[in-house]
Amino acid sequence: MALAFDEYGRPFIILKEQDQKTRLRGIEAQKANISAGKAVARILRTSLGPKGMDKILQSPDGDVTITNDGATILEQMDVDNQIAKLMVELSRSQDYEIGDGTTGVVVMAGALLDQAERLLERGIHPIRIAEGYEMASRIAVEHLEHISKKFDFGATNIEPLVQTCMTTLSSKIVNRCKCHLAEISVKAVLSVADLDRKDVNLDMIKVEGKVGGKLEDTELIYGITVDKDMSHPQMPKQIEDAKIAILTCPFEPPKPKTKHKVDIDTVEKFQTLRLQEQKYFDDMVQKCKDAGATLVICQWGFDDEANHLLMHRNLPAVRWVGGVELELIAIATGGRIVPRFQELTPEKLGRAGLVREKSFGTTKDKMLYIEHCANSRAVTIFIRGGNKMMIEETKRSIHDALCVARNLIRNNSIVYGGGSAEISCSIAVEAAADKYPGVEQYAIRAFADALDSVPMALAENSGLQPIETLSEVKSQQIKENNPHYGIDCNDVGTNDMRQQDVFETLIGKQQQILLATQVVKMILKIDDVISPSDY
Amino acid sequence: MAIEKILKDDASEEKGERARMASFVGAIAITDLVKTTLGPKGMDKILQSTGRGHGVTVTNDGATILKSLHIDNPAAKVLIDISKVQDDEVGDGTTSVVVLAGELLREAEKLVAAKIHPMTIISGYRMAAECARNALSQRVVDNKENAEKFKSDLMKIARTTLSSKILSQDKEHFAQLAVDAVMRLKGSTNLEAIQIIKKPGGSLMDSFLDEGFILDKKIGLGQPKRIENAKILVANTAMDTDKVKIYGARVRVDSMSKVAEIEGAEKEKMREKVQKIIAHGINCFVNRQLIYNFPEELFADAGVLAIEHADFDGIERLALVTGGEIASTFDNPESVKIGHCKLIEEIMIGEDKSIHFSGVEMGQACTIVLRGASHHVLDEAERSLHDALCVLSQTVNDTRVLLGGGWPEMVMAKEVDELARKTPGKKSHAIEAFSRALVAIPTIIADNAGLDSADLVAQLRAAHHKEGCNAGIDVISGSVGDMAELGISESFKVKQAVLLSATEAAEMILRVDEIITCAPRQREDRM
Repeated sequence: MALAFDEYGRPFIILKEQDQKTRLRGIEAQKANISAGKAVARILRTSLGPKGMDKILQSPDGDVTITNDGATILEQMDVDNQIAKLMVELSRSQDYEIGDGTTGVVVMAGALLDQAERLLERGIHPIRIAEGYEMASRIAVEHLEHISKKFDFGATNIEPLVQTCMTTLSSKIVNRCKCHLAEISVKAVLSVADLDRKDVNLDMIKVEGKVGGKLEDTELIYGITVDKDMSHPQMPKQIEDAKIAILTCPFEPPKPKTKHKVDIDTVEKFQTLRLQEQKYFDDMVQKCKDAGATLVICQWGFDDEANHLLMHRNLPAVRWVGGVELELIAIATGGRIVPRFQELTPEKLGRAGLVREKSFGTTKDKMLYIEHCANSRAVTIFIRGGNKMMIEETKRSIHDALCVARNLIRNNSIVYGGGSAEISCSIAVEAAADKYPGVEQYAIRAFADALDSVPMALAENSGLQPIETLSEVKSQQIKENNPHYGIDCNDVGTNDMRQQDVFETLIGKQQQILLATQVVKMILKIDDVISPSDY
Repeated sequence: MAIEKILKDDASEEKGERARMASFVGAIAITDLVKTTLGPKGMDKILQSTGRGHGVTVTNDGATILKSLHIDNPAAKVLIDISKVQDDEVGDGTTSVVVLAGELLREAEKLVAAKIHPMTIISGYRMAAECARNALSQRVVDNKENAEKFKSDLMKIARTTLSSKILSQDKEHFAQLAVDAVMRLKGSTNLEAIQIIKKPGGSLMDSFLDEGFILDKKIGLGQPKRIENAKILVANTAMDTDKVKIYGARVRVDSMSKVAEIEGAEKEKMREKVQKIIAHGINCFVNRQLIYNFPEELFADAGVLAIEHADFDGIERLALVTGGEIASTFDNPESVKIGHCKLIEEIMIGEDKSIHFSGVEMGQACTIVLRGASHHVLDEAERSLHDALCVLSQTVNDTRVLLGGGWPEMVMAKEVDELARKTPGKKSHAIEAFSRALVAIPTIIADNAGLDSADLVAQLRAAHHKEGCNAGIDVISGSVGDMAELGISESFKVKQAVLLSATEAAEMILRVDEIITCAPRQREDRM
């Protein structure tokens, strides 16, 4: 620990409890940071691509997650190191922004850090490296724009969208029925998409899962499912042309929020209170009935008496429906959420063509399906699968596919996958490097090398010879001036990605490069790490 | 320089080969644990809980065993989960699914050791599973049209399922019970309508199916013990102190006489309520909640049978059985549906009294009364019967039936072997391995029965070389026998679920190349 002294030779305390902290500075600090970042990237490297492997993550409570989704792995990894946390953030922001490519972005950042380490050893100043990376990333992003293609799709021609979603799904465990799932995802996105504004609200797509059955049984429901059943076992299980009252007030005696007491001191008061109570329940049910509702969905519980009255008046009801689900139901059925019985009017009721209760398996599991809604814009993807981990992983995969489909609707440019885009960028960056005078030239070249590491990891995971395969593809791209050549991961026999129909979204790729560069720049700029020592 | 530690203290990370080893070892250990319970001669396990009292369970139901294990190995957890799902979804085959998944992994381990990439193994397994499923669905028998034959199919399935359980001594009796009960459901899978009551005492053979409904309650003192043409009101209402529910209400009085007045009013209120209930014209009143002495006395005076504190399930079933509705308010008697039954009487089972409702409107429901020497026997009998009921009710919906006794596995193994021969490339090793894993199941069945498995399986394989062969292992005589003649059948739906979820689970575990374990959450020591 460096100490400062004043002019009389007394030690000068700069940091609080200085001697209890460890401190790394200069090149030492940078190297430590880089190796931490690389360590995270190394974990994810084997999960990249269609032949990528999965990870088992065991949470502090002993729950098991099996996944190969980069963002999920990092989030659950219980990371302690600050730099490693930056990488976790990086993957998360890719997840929020794009939804897919969370593994790729970390692998890319790891490769950039690896290259930076070598340059540092040669004595190049970290800021120069960072600047070089910045320039190179700009070149790469422009080049991506250049090689990207626009493609057409419409409500009827969904094939290209399905193809892209399939590329995303092929790296997951669900690739057995990726075709089916991709189609579901695209249909779901299209049914909630606003094609004119090019906007998609993914909140309108609810992804539900239930263990049991086969993955092939996964279905798209044009409506909402609620994991609840009717409040009274003898209410009808199926309602056609339902008019739904959506309530956030309980069928219970009123509970004024201010503190109060009702004192009973005479027999008359006791009796009037009792009558009042009965009338109150009666009124509540009557109000729903008057508004014309044929189904009541309520966020809160029911009193036994109210429950029977509802049943008695032939008004099926569902209780304890969660707030989010309630909102979705309101959106789907075009109803309004009503907080007080007094405000219930016929026009605030939601409409659905069919509401039915469905039971599963040998246990008492029941779900409520609300279908043929007035506003068909809210849909549900209902996943079935052999076990809990499978369902969870399928949910994550579907989420990725949904995000990809959304991105395509926002911006219909695509690049070809299988590492072809990275290779092409690498060639372009390499070529551009020579035009830059100064030390940055080295950094730009290093960037090009780092770009190569993504296809390299792909080839490695697919059991191919990484160096041989990469150099072969690269030379082919240059020779034929065709950016569509990539790594043939599935052993199809051709490495033209156009023929294999492997696409990725342009913004996804651009975002990967930009985000990775930004994080690496940040890490390179750190030259002093002060942390409280362990003891 | 040393690689920075990036994980928190106590968190561990296992990579590549080590991770794969850890998950294989865990999964295979679980398989070996439940393996011995497979088949008609499988053994039982004693499970002792760590909770207070150290309750003991004796079972050979795979799902029950696995549910009670405390497992730390993540791969083992996957297997436990598939067994649980199998239990929820089809009810039977919970052991087979774990054993098959374990055998698949055992074979995969050898392939990985022979330097075949896990992804190649997975794609081979997928092809094999698809092929096996097709082979099965080609050989199914479907007797949907012929009611008589279908019933005998059901009997066979019930017998086969029960033969591996504690009930195997009396399987004929119980198979009949189960089939009768399921046939009454008329195609619905709602097993709630079948009530199982366990009464220690007597022998298993004394168990019987009752067409009515038995409520495990006593009839109140001084009330009629026998009612013919009963009109029943099923209710869920407070019959103790019917409180004013308005929030914050309380009684505040300034003299004793006022207290007495209010008490009087309360009593009056209860009396009114009872009057209203009696005004429905009923002679039996069943309530979910407690009935206090005062209203009970009123009911007795009116000659109405009042039954208190029937649990929630009991109430729902009773409402279902008698066709009444569960009432909570009693102001309009004309529109409340009242349940009917021909006869209510108190009967004795063993030495306990129960209330028996017979001649009920809805024919669907029934009650099975199990008798047995001890609680453990009864619990196990209930689980076995539950398995049989689940399988039967699923079979009623999907009427396809297969032969049992290792026959389906041999059929699949044969087809998969064929496929392996036709497939070029490394995948064929994986496909071959799949067929070996399938054959492992009859092997284990034979081993558990103390037979010479190597010899038997070889004979079986030879027998299956002929087209349309019905050979399987006849555990009783210890030789290869004709399964169709022996009447050993299994449900197609169960077999298919076993095959698919075992493959899925094996695939999932195979894909893993790294295990990251977080530090266990620190708990305060509450000891």
